[in-house]
Amino acid sequence: MKMVVAVIRPERVEHVLDSLERHAFVALTLTEVKGRGEQKGIQLQFRGRTVEVDMLEKVKLEVVVEDDEVEKAMEAITSAARTGKIGDGRIFVVPVEKSVRIRTGEVRQ
Amino acid sequence: MHVDSGDTAWLLVSTAMVMLMVPGVGLFYAGMVRRKNAVSMLSLSFVALAVVSLQWVLLGYTLSFSSDVLGFVGDLSWLGLRGVSGDSGSIPSLLFVAFQLTFAAVTLAILSSGVAERVKLSSFMVFGLLWTTLVYDPLAHWVWGGGWLAKLGALDFAGGTVVHISSGFSALALAFVVGKRLGYEEHSITPHNIPMTMLGTALLWFGWFGFNAGSALSAGESAANALLVTNTAAASGAIAWLIASWLHDKPSALGMVSGAIAGLVAITPAAGYVDSISAMAIGGLAGALCYGAMLFRVRMRWDESLDAWAVHGIGGVWGALATGIFAMESVGGYSGLLYGNTDQFVAQVIATASAILYAFAVTLVLAKAVDMAMGLRVAQEEEYVGLDISQHGERAYA
Repeated sequence: MKMVVAVIRPERVEHVLDSLERHAFVALTLTEVKGRGEQKGIQLQFRGRTVEVDMLEKVKLEVVVEDDEVEKAMEAITSAARTGKIGDGRIFVVPVEKSVRIRTGEVRQ
Repeated sequence: MHVDSGDTAWLLVSTAMVMLMVPGVGLFYAGMVRRKNAVSMLSLSFVALAVVSLQWVLLGYTLSFSSDVLGFVGDLSWLGLRGVSGDSGSIPSLLFVAFQLTFAAVTLAILSSGVAERVKLSSFMVFGLLWTTLVYDPLAHWVWGGGWLAKLGALDFAGGTVVHISSGFSALALAFVVGKRLGYEEHSITPHNIPMTMLGTALLWFGWFGFNAGSALSAGESAANALLVTNTAAASGAIAWLIASWLHDKPSALGMVSGAIAGLVAITPAAGYVDSISAMAIGGLAGALCYGAMLFRVRMRWDESLDAWAVHGIGGVWGALATGIFAMESVGGYSGLLYGNTDQFVAQVIATASAILYAFAVTLVLAKAVDMAMGLRVAQEEEYVGLDISQHGERAYA
């Protein structure tokens, strides 16, 4: 199993959730987070002074999928989250050792 | 006439109540925008109050209420309020100045909602100054200052034409010039704080008693009637929109308070001329009509962002016409269509049409001019980050 962690624009969340659902990825966790990419946020010029908006609001999605479904999940996220502009976010894939369904105690390796 | 202490006390209170409507409008709208624009939305209302307060003393009052020039505007004889003293009916003239000032301020605050989440603060201040001078002041003169609509016999008790038609249709013109918000219709842009909007509505409903009952300019029977019909119309508007949204989906709280505002808007021009039963019809129909206008606005894909056009514009049109339909001689000395007086209705139609045309056309030109001179809209990145940070360097929530 793998966990696909996506940090995306807040305004693309609904599209990404729809896209994931269409590809049968329903179970997921969503967190509102703040962060910055390599460009270090955004610099705004306002009335002659510079306003640094370093930490931008983002949303983090965590989806656990089977190994052979990683590509499909990444494609589902990318296609719906992309605007083509700086700040579209990033996807990380991390290994998952084990998962337990709390209600039944069922374990998946 | 001699200054009456009872009338003066009521108008002092009314003036303070209408002042509180201005930040009330700010809270009403701030709850409807995204959290990154809440400070900006509230600030636009406060800035409207500050800008208009100065403009009104220097120039606005004399343009609206001093000696008539060709039926169009007042002359400059009271520039800077010089020469304004003594009584106006049974209240001090300076109190009338202050009471009217709060009306002009709340009108500009309503107008700010058309460009929510994307307007440059500096440009809005310049636009607001010009708009109040060139649109609001002449309209106030036409209706209340002895201008051509007053001579025609058009009725507007507390500002249906001057405040609501003008702000609603101007908001639409302004929204057309500034353009749609980034991402409009691409992703959902939902209200971030409904309780804040409801608090704003509560302040508005409360303040509207000063707005309408204060417009009697005395503490007597006319004020009492205005207060009661105002409350009745607000209640029927709230219930009508609530039911409409219920039939559509769920009984929306935001819909209920929007309906209350629609009812308040519609009763405003009629408050001194109709009874409570008519107010029920006026408010209820306003709720349904404005709800329909909002659906129409969405279908037309106009980003007139917080529905000043649907609620104030269309509500104001309905209220102005309703005044000509429901006016009752026994209440305020005028009769409307229902009581066989066609002339009154015709006067209302002329007032409504001319206010729509004047406000929409002049605003369009003004907004274009300000846009060309200094840009009405913030840069894309500033809009993305939100106006709280980009315009004020502040956040609503830590």
